Amino acid sequence: MEFLSSLGVGFDAALTFSNLGIALLGAFLGTMMGALPGLGPANGVAILIPIAFSIGLGPLPSLILMTSVYYGAMYGGRISSILLNIPGDEPAMMTCLDGYPMARKGMAGEALSLSGIASFIGAIAATFGLALLAPQLVKIALLFGPAEYFALFTIAFATLGGISSTNQAKAAFAAAFGLAIAMIGVDTQTGVQRFTFGEVHLFDGIDFLIAIVGLFALSEVFVFLEHRGSDANKDESIGKIGRIVAPWSMIRSCIPTFGRSTIIGFLSGVLPGAGASLGSFLSYSVEKQIVDPSGKTFGKGDPRGVAAPEVGNNAAAGGALVPMLALGVPGSGTTAVLLAVLLSLNITPGPLLFSQNPDVVWGLIAALFIANVMLLILNIPLVGLFSRVLLVPVHILMPLVAMVSFVGIYGISGSSFDLILMVLFGVVGWLFRKLDIPLVPIILGILLGNEMEVNLRRAMTLSDGDWLTLVGSPLAITLWVLAIIGFVAPMVFGRKVKKAIAEESDEIAVGD
Amino acid sequence: MYRTFGAAILAAVVAVPAFAQDKPSNTECIAPAAPGGGWDFICRTVAKVLRNEDLIDGTMQVTNMTGGGGGVAYAHVVSKRNEDEKLLIAASNGTTTRLAQGAFPGADEDDVRWLASFGAEYGVIAVAADSEIDDLPELVEKMKADPRSVSFAGGSAVGGYDHLKILKLAKVAELEDVRQVKYVAFSGGGEAMTQVLGGSITAFSGDFSEVRGFVEAGDIRIVAVLSPERLAQFDQYPTAIEQGYDVTGPNWRGLYVPKGISDETYESWNQMIQKMVASEEFQKIRADQGIEPLDLFGADAEEFVKENVAEIRALSKEIGLIQ
Repeated sequence: MEFLSSLGVGFDAALTFSNLGIALLGAFLGTMMGALPGLGPANGVAILIPIAFSIGLGPLPSLILMTSVYYGAMYGGRISSILLNIPGDEPAMMTCLDGYPMARKGMAGEALSLSGIASFIGAIAATFGLALLAPQLVKIALLFGPAEYFALFTIAFATLGGISSTNQAKAAFAAAFGLAIAMIGVDTQTGVQRFTFGEVHLFDGIDFLIAIVGLFALSEVFVFLEHRGSDANKDESIGKIGRIVAPWSMIRSCIPTFGRSTIIGFLSGVLPGAGASLGSFLSYSVEKQIVDPSGKTFGKGDPRGVAAPEVGNNAAAGGALVPMLALGVPGSGTTAVLLAVLLSLNITPGPLLFSQNPDVVWGLIAALFIANVMLLILNIPLVGLFSRVLLVPVHILMPLVAMVSFVGIYGISGSSFDLILMVLFGVVGWLFRKLDIPLVPIILGILLGNEMEVNLRRAMTLSDGDWLTLVGSPLAITLWVLAIIGFVAPMVFGRKVKKAIAEESDEIAVGD
Repeated sequence: MYRTFGAAILAAVVAVPAFAQDKPSNTECIAPAAPGGGWDFICRTVAKVLRNEDLIDGTMQVTNMTGGGGGVAYAHVVSKRNEDEKLLIAASNGTTTRLAQGAFPGADEDDVRWLASFGAEYGVIAVAADSEIDDLPELVEKMKADPRSVSFAGGSAVGGYDHLKILKLAKVAELEDVRQVKYVAFSGGGEAMTQVLGGSITAFSGDFSEVRGFVEAGDIRIVAVLSPERLAQFDQYPTAIEQGYDVTGPNWRGLYVPKGISDETYESWNQMIQKMVASEEFQKIRADQGIEPLDLFGADAEEFVKENVAEIRALSKEIGLIQ
């Protein structure tokens, strides 16, 4: 009952006219960004950060905007998968496999509507899971001392090179790059400047928002500049969707799929470092194993092959919020960006969040429910409109992204130094993407690196330099064991999964 | 060319006496941090009250200039806006601490004119509710017996004000080596408090507003308030002074102006800010924020800030933070 009353408080906070408007706007923009190939949820949220800050939104409205964009992108990604066979974002990759064949059979409308419903079910179930599970994790909050925090952040880094990245060495390099950036600025444990070279702009360290907008949004613009003039993926068939209602018989046949995929998706979201792509991949492959082991219908336009990955990626999106809110450890790329948003709103996610900012957390959870209903309403009847978004020429879209990035960052800090820094990060992001180096570990390095270092040193100060303090409590030992499992398990089992992913897709967008 | 130049001079000559008599227009307040922080709040409050009290003409523009813990704004004012008569800049303990420790490269406290202090938040030392320590003398005795047995958590970096408050206490208590005092820096008061609650750390050093919620919830006990007298609205908490340790830790809030402005302008700002502080609206905002009055203007403010800087500088030298 405590759960219901907390949720009541949340709805009370979220149900204001302006918050609903923001949720609608976020859902709309999110669906659009999800639909556009190249712009995924991580970029979508990154682009909106500066806007939210420069128009001075409060913590709750900002979070509502970002998370409805996040959920919206999960919905939107399916549109181009089904219509163009190009995933709108990475988690929508698996939706191509049966969605596009369905569209070729003239069932694009049914596929879109079915996947919309699937997205809704996955997301709603995951939001319930979040509301029920996250507060439980919080009960152990006070057990976390510096040593336990250090072990917790180690888990985040240990699971980083897991299934979601293609090359462990490159992920490790990216994380190290992020850690190096995190070292710049005042060292709080001694009050000494590090790597600032007397440059006053660097004294506070590098703001992670600048890094995020540069790495995710600007690098997208650079990639476009490089491929200038070759955006010829237009198809006249867009717009011809046909009927947009899935027949009840089709939905009914998918109900067992909904159930299975929700659970798989949610759990893969909760695991730090895995994220929505894994959720949709696992849901699809498990579904295939169960209903069609011989491969007669899957891959040829089976509705269950559309429903499973869509349920899976939306459930994982909700699941990924659990460790982010309750522990401060992001479960996916986009939640890493959301973590940055929270930190810059002066809200520290982690065990304390639920007791210190209950209005924000529960308001956010309530907003997620509201956003989902809005997304369902937007995505079924208006899907024709969103599919037209795919016709917007990139040469109009990208300058817009660039403009928003510059105006937004300048709006936050009013410093031209930060703009130069952002451009540098954009170039680095572009370069790294050429070299197939994942960008998410960089963000994790910048976000968590400092905390990890600082907690290690706090533990050392308190224990007068005794290293055994790091394994001095049952909780710490448990966390270390989890970190080791998280690091080793993907090496053993991940190879198989990775190979399978690699076989079924060849194009990988940024993050999830 | 000459004509415009002449016109500019003429305008300047006409404008300055006009400024001395009339209400200033096109005024600006620089908050040396991002929107939402303490400095931003100072500027927005000053801008709002000055306008509502009709002390300025039009609105006062608030500019956020982040970087270097206020160092970017300080350098900007000293090098580019030194004679800007329409400019105020928000300042606090953070500004003086960094000035004292040389964290604003090539700048010191004499490079600007300090205009006013109009409030302070006082420091507190607190322990977990179930702690065996009852009062300040007990805590200090424990610290004297074995300095490494007591640890303090605070929301500011080493050398920051939460740390300095503990060092001031250690000095007054005549600890042999104040550098022995264990201070662990956290990235905010809340985070530091959790560690005290969880039992990893003995005591908390921070501002009253940071502990208020925890104290009212019964999780945390205040052993001393670092104010000259008991807090007006929360007089149940004893001060350090009444427990025999002459330590205060005001985290003051105020303003500075560029060095190069005329004495008349300085004086007219001074009068204006005094009127602002006396206004009902300002008094209410200040009380709502739980900030105690610490009203010092003009020469008094200059003197206060310089003492503040000198004190922090001496302490920082003692702990080896600066040479």
